[in-house]
Amino acid sequence: MKKSKINSNTLLLIITIVLFVVMYGAGCAVYSNKGFTHLQTLLNIFITNAGLICVAAGMTCVMLTGGIDISVGSCVAMYCMFLAVGMQAKEDGGWGMSSPVLMLLVLIIGIVFGSVQGYLIAYLDIQPFIVSMAGLFFGRGMTAVISNQQVDIQEPLFKAISQLRIYMPFGIGAYVNKKGKLMVPYISVGVVVALLVVVVIYLMLKYTKFGRSIYAIGGNQQSATLMGLNVKKVKFMTYILSGFLTAIGGICFCLNTMNGNTQQAIGLEMDAISSAVIGGTLLTGGVGNVIGTLFGVMINGTISSLVKTNGKLDSSWPNVITAILLCFFILLQAVFAKMKEAKK
Amino acid sequence: MNKLNKITKSKMFLPIFAMVLVMCINVVYDIANGNPALNFFQIGITQGHLFGRLIDILNRGSEIAILAIGMTLVVSSSAGTDISVGSVMSLTGGTCCMLLAGYGVDHVNQYKIPLGLAMLIAVGVACLCGLFNGAMVAYLNIQPMVATLILWSAGRAIGLLLCKSKIVYVRVDSFQFMGNGYILGIPTPVWIAFGCILIASLVLRFTALGTFVQAVGINKKAARISGFNSAKIICITYIICGLCAGIAGLTNTSRIYSADTNNIGLNMEMDAILAVALGGNSLGGGRFFLAGSIIGAYTIQAVTTTLYALGVSSAQAPVFKAIVVILIVVIQSGPVKDYFKKLSAKKHTVKEA
Repeated sequence: MKKSKINSNTLLLIITIVLFVVMYGAGCAVYSNKGFTHLQTLLNIFITNAGLICVAAGMTCVMLTGGIDISVGSCVAMYCMFLAVGMQAKEDGGWGMSSPVLMLLVLIIGIVFGSVQGYLIAYLDIQPFIVSMAGLFFGRGMTAVISNQQVDIQEPLFKAISQLRIYMPFGIGAYVNKKGKLMVPYISVGVVVALLVVVVIYLMLKYTKFGRSIYAIGGNQQSATLMGLNVKKVKFMTYILSGFLTAIGGICFCLNTMNGNTQQAIGLEMDAISSAVIGGTLLTGGVGNVIGTLFGVMINGTISSLVKTNGKLDSSWPNVITAILLCFFILLQAVFAKMKEAKK
Repeated sequence: MNKLNKITKSKMFLPIFAMVLVMCINVVYDIANGNPALNFFQIGITQGHLFGRLIDILNRGSEIAILAIGMTLVVSSSAGTDISVGSVMSLTGGTCCMLLAGYGVDHVNQYKIPLGLAMLIAVGVACLCGLFNGAMVAYLNIQPMVATLILWSAGRAIGLLLCKSKIVYVRVDSFQFMGNGYILGIPTPVWIAFGCILIASLVLRFTALGTFVQAVGINKKAARISGFNSAKIICITYIICGLCAGIAGLTNTSRIYSADTNNIGLNMEMDAILAVALGGNSLGGGRFFLAGSIIGAYTIQAVTTTLYALGVSSAQAPVFKAIVVILIVVIQSGPVKDYFKKLSAKKHTVKEA
C-alpha cells in the first residue's frame, strides 16, 4: 500500500500556499477596480520585496539550524546608508566612490558581520538572540554614525540598474491602460537576483552536504555531533551565509528605495522571521524550506499591498496583521509538535 | 594577590567595577574640559529641588531600574529575555493617554476619565501582555525570545493604532507629576523606582517566590518533579515583567508629558537586558542577583548620560552599548571562562615549579 506522503510539515506548507491564494484572490475580488487583478500588481509585490526575499532566505538557513538572527533589518539599513553615502559626491560630504566597488564592499562587510556573529554563537556558545540583538543595535547605531540625514542616490550606473525593466517574455499579462497604451508587465533586476538566490539556496539545502548538515543539526544537535558532523563549523558557516545574503538583500533593498536613512528597514527582521515561520520553517529548527519562505514573503507583501490599496487604513496595520499571523502559525507549530509527541 | 582574586570573583565586582569606571571617565572628561574635577558628584539645591548629575542619572535611570526587576526574574526562570518590554511600555503609554484624551483626540486640557482609572487600565493591559508572553513560553514551550518577538513588533503598532499614529498631548498638571514632579525635593520617578525595588526585594525575601524562580531556572524538569508548578512560576515571572514594563511606561509617558508612541521605550529592552547582564546574572538562567541588576541599570544610565555628554547622539549610542553587551557575554561565556581557568592553572603550576 502506498503511504500517503502528507505529514504535518507539508501540511504547514499547503496551509501557507492556500492562505496566499485566498488572500490574493480576496484582494482581486475586492479591489478589482483598483487594478489588483493585473499581473503587474503581483510582480510589484516581488519588486518591493526583492530585498526581503534574499534576507528571508538567509534567515531560513539560520532558523533551520535552530538559531535566529534579528540583526538583519538594521544591517540592511546600514548597507543602504553605506551605499548612499559612498556614492554621494565628495563635495556633498560623501565618499564619491563607484557603485561596483561599493557593492563589493557591502558584500565583504556582510561576510565579516556574519562571521563575527557566527563565531560568537558557534564557538563561544552565546545565545543567538543576544548576539544578534547586539548586532541589531550595532547596525542601527552605525547607520546613524555614517550619516544622520536622508541621503538620496544620484549615481548614474546604480540608477540605471535600479530603473532597468525586464519585461515579461511574449507580453504575458499585457493590458491596455486607461490612456490606451499597451503595458507589458516587468520585473526589476532585484527580483531576478532574489529569485536566483531562492533557487540556489533551495538546491544547496536539498543536494549539498552542507545543506543536509544544516537540517541534521537543526533536527537534533546531539545526534549530528555523534554522526561526526562538525556542528560548530556548520553553524559558523550558516551565519556567514546569512550575513552574505543579508548584504545581497541590502543591495536589492537599496535598488528599490534609492536612498539611505536611519529609519529604513525597521522591523524587516520581523518580516523575515515571520515569512520563514509562515512558510513552514520550525522555530526549533530542522524542518522547512526556502520555497515556503518565498510564499511567506508573498503573504506579507500581499498584506501591505492590500492595506496600501485600501488607502484609508493606518500604516501600522500590516505590522499588527503580520504579528497575528506569526502568532497563529507559531501556535499551529506548537499544536503539531504536541500531536507528534502524543503519537510517539 | 589572594584578596584581589576574591574581590574579582565576587558577584558585585562586575557592576560596581563598571560604575566606578564610568565615574572615572566622567572625572577625566571634566578635568580635560577645565571643569572642577568632582563636578560629576556635586549635588546642589535649586528652588527646593535636589539637582546635579548624579540626581539626573538616578532620575532618568528609574525606568531601566524598574524594567531590570522584571527582566531579572524572567531571565532567571526561563533562561530567555523578554524583548517586548519597550513596546509594552509604548503600548501602556498610548493606552493611558488614549483613555484620558478619548480616541482620535490629540490634544486635551482635561481628563475624560479619572487619571487613576486610566493608569490602572493601562497597567492592566501591560499585565495582559505579560500573561500572553508567559502563556506562550510556559504552556506552549516556545522559546522566550520568539514568543516575545510577537509583542515586540505588535505592541508598538497597536499603541500607534490606539493613538491614530498621532502624538497625544495630555496637558494637565497632575498628569506630569509621575514623571516630572518632586517629593521632598527628589524627583518622583526616583521614588517610584525605589518603591518598586523595595516591594520586589521584600516579596523575594519574605516569600518563597525567589527560591521557586531559581529552582525552575536551574532545572525546569527537576523542579517540576519536586512538586513545583514550573509552568505557572514561569508565567508569573512574565506577568511581573509586564507589570514592570507598564509602570515604567507610565513613568516615561508622564515624563515626556505626552504619548509619543513611536519613541516611548525605544531600545529600552536592550538597556534592561544589558542591566541584567552587567549585574552579574547569567543570561542562561538560574541564580539571580537583583541588587546587581539594579546597580547595572543605573550604570547603564550613567553610560548613556556620559555618552551624551561626550557628544554622541542618541541614535549613535546603541553602537557602544552593543559592544559592551558583546564584551560582557563573551566574558561570561563558557569557552572563555575555561580558557582563563586554564591560564590561571598554568600560572599556578609554574609558580610551584
